[in-house]
Amino acid sequence: MSAASLQVALVGNPNCGKTALFNRLTGSRQKVANYAGVTVERKAGELRTPSGQHVRLLDLPGAYSLGATSPDEAITRDVCLGLMAGETKPDLLVCVADATNLRLHLRFVLEVRALGLPMILALNMCDAAARRGILIDRAKLEAMLGVPVVETIAVRADGVGKLLDKIDGELPPLSSVATPADLHAEVRHLIASAVTMPRRTAALDDRIDRWALHPVGGLLMLSIVMFLIFQAVFSWAAPLQDGIDAGITYAAAALRSAMPDNTLRSLLVDGMLLGAGSVVVFLPQILLLFLFILVLEESGYLPRAAFLLDRLMIGAGLTGRSFIPLLSSFACAVPGIMAARTIQDPRDRLATILVAPLMTCSARLPVYALLIGAFIPERTVGGVFNLQGLVLFALYVAGIVSALAVAYVMKLVRRDKAEHSLLLELPSYRLPHVTDVLIGLWERASIFLKRVGGIILTLTVLLWFLSTYPVAPEGFVGAAIDYSYAGRIGKAMEALFAPIGFNWQICIALIPGLAAREVAVSSLATVYAVSATGDEAAGQLLPLIAAQWSLATALSLIVWYVFAPQCVSTLAVIRRETQSWKIVALATGYLFALAYGASWITFRIASALS
Amino acid sequence: MDQSLKDLKLRVEAIVDRVEDVQAADPIAARLRDLGFVAGEPVRVVARGPIGGDPLVVQIGYTRFALRRAEAARVMIRVAA
Repeated sequence: MSAASLQVALVGNPNCGKTALFNRLTGSRQKVANYAGVTVERKAGELRTPSGQHVRLLDLPGAYSLGATSPDEAITRDVCLGLMAGETKPDLLVCVADATNLRLHLRFVLEVRALGLPMILALNMCDAAARRGILIDRAKLEAMLGVPVVETIAVRADGVGKLLDKIDGELPPLSSVATPADLHAEVRHLIASAVTMPRRTAALDDRIDRWALHPVGGLLMLSIVMFLIFQAVFSWAAPLQDGIDAGITYAAAALRSAMPDNTLRSLLVDGMLLGAGSVVVFLPQILLLFLFILVLEESGYLPRAAFLLDRLMIGAGLTGRSFIPLLSSFACAVPGIMAARTIQDPRDRLATILVAPLMTCSARLPVYALLIGAFIPERTVGGVFNLQGLVLFALYVAGIVSALAVAYVMKLVRRDKAEHSLLLELPSYRLPHVTDVLIGLWERASIFLKRVGGIILTLTVLLWFLSTYPVAPEGFVGAAIDYSYAGRIGKAMEALFAPIGFNWQICIALIPGLAAREVAVSSLATVYAVSATGDEAAGQLLPLIAAQWSLATALSLIVWYVFAPQCVSTLAVIRRETQSWKIVALATGYLFALAYGASWITFRIASALS
Repeated sequence: MDQSLKDLKLRVEAIVDRVEDVQAADPIAARLRDLGFVAGEPVRVVARGPIGGDPLVVQIGYTRFALRRAEAARVMIRVAA
């Protein structure tokens, strides 16, 4: 019964740990990280308090003020004021404040208190405050604020008990304390009376920032970090990948010899095992990439990187604030485009959304890895660098450079002279929690495997059908697949894609790749497995294409994937975030044109040189 | 003589005097005041960006913010003698 459930909303400054509290209270696993603006959408969860009270808990985006300056802050303001369609005004606000950052956070607490809703103040990160020797007189603060104050440690299992007890009790009476006009003076008064702060910053932050923010040292550090990630993705993942690969090959061979040569065997082996298996091989690389992303997100380093790159990004028509949305797009453009909500300026936000698909998302990694593995020799360059890792790094750089170039062109087109703001908070450094990182990796692995078991397997089986039926009649000259639907579709498309060097097998693989980019790999595996004739057992895809494709075709396909707009979910989220089909058409059009143009040039040059 | 935060030397302690609106109802100035850039608040430049010394990292209260020079120019300061 919804009437009996208590509507509670978590509000507070960005990066004070609202989502960590939300996860702890509801048992959810919403994404948390150490920078402002991780949560850009309201999220609802349910919980029961110890006494059995049913609570609907709302996690809201962080806000510095109810005078919202960006779309994510507007959500928080609207929910608090009861203006949000589909949300009733909360019965209780849990205002969360970082105990180490009260000078900033208490001002918002006062602003929220003035709304006149029942409210509890949760002083979060009390463990970090205690480590820094920050003493907070909770009882005094409670008396002065006129609202209940509880200490919480969201990252610890036993850190929210007091908060639950408070939610469980009677709704706190509305504060009778009047809110003065000068909130800052009031905050100073509160801090002077109830908080002892040994020093304004964490000593460790000062030491790290001397290096991390240094004009030369900082940039050097940033390049080393980024470069190491791509080296590691290729060299560390290799043994694990070989293991998975060997397992799949073994299973395929075992099934092939155990079953009679019939349609079912072809479906199981060619369609499902080799098709989906060709994507599973890339799980170790994707997890390694996410390991680095998760650690960077948790550490608090990312906003520093945004600071270092801000000027460069302005030059290109973006902003330092675009950095985190664009970095998220390395995982997937969908959350990346949503994260662009933290950008206040609508023009900067649109530019970020339009170039986000150029960041190399993790779904492209299997395609790159397959083609690099097949066509780039495994060599050590300069004594330490893995050549395949270097090429992968270059592909990521190509994505970034083209994003900057596209943003620059957009800046020229709109002839923008107006001022854009940065105002980016640099959080305190934090050592990533091993369990959080492991949970994050587990989540990524299960998302990936669900994709493989769901959409990738489905499309692969569908493609198997299309490439098997209709069965070629007796006496048909040529391979059986030529007679199938897939063969015919591929051959029809070949006319359009032959100028950029794609054969009909690639053309077929491009279609299911629209739904999920990795499927391009599994589709190629299936198409080649089905077309294998007679006893020539279709082996793994990699050596096969290495033998059959020209280098020019491979390079052209790689380049195609740097730009190609083939991802329906990305286009759908662009539509949702911009409310405009025109922008969707613009994004699709420019990406397709870039992909075709760049592949054409690549194919021509590579053909001429070889 | 008024000095703005954008010209403050690295790691020199100063006190905020006021934030000036560069246009009527300047949203950036309003946000700066929300973030704690108000009269009497100690402030310090912690770092400058690699290109053209832009943006700045500024310590205000217990928090660090990256600000562009144009934003910092709105913050008028007094340097402790």
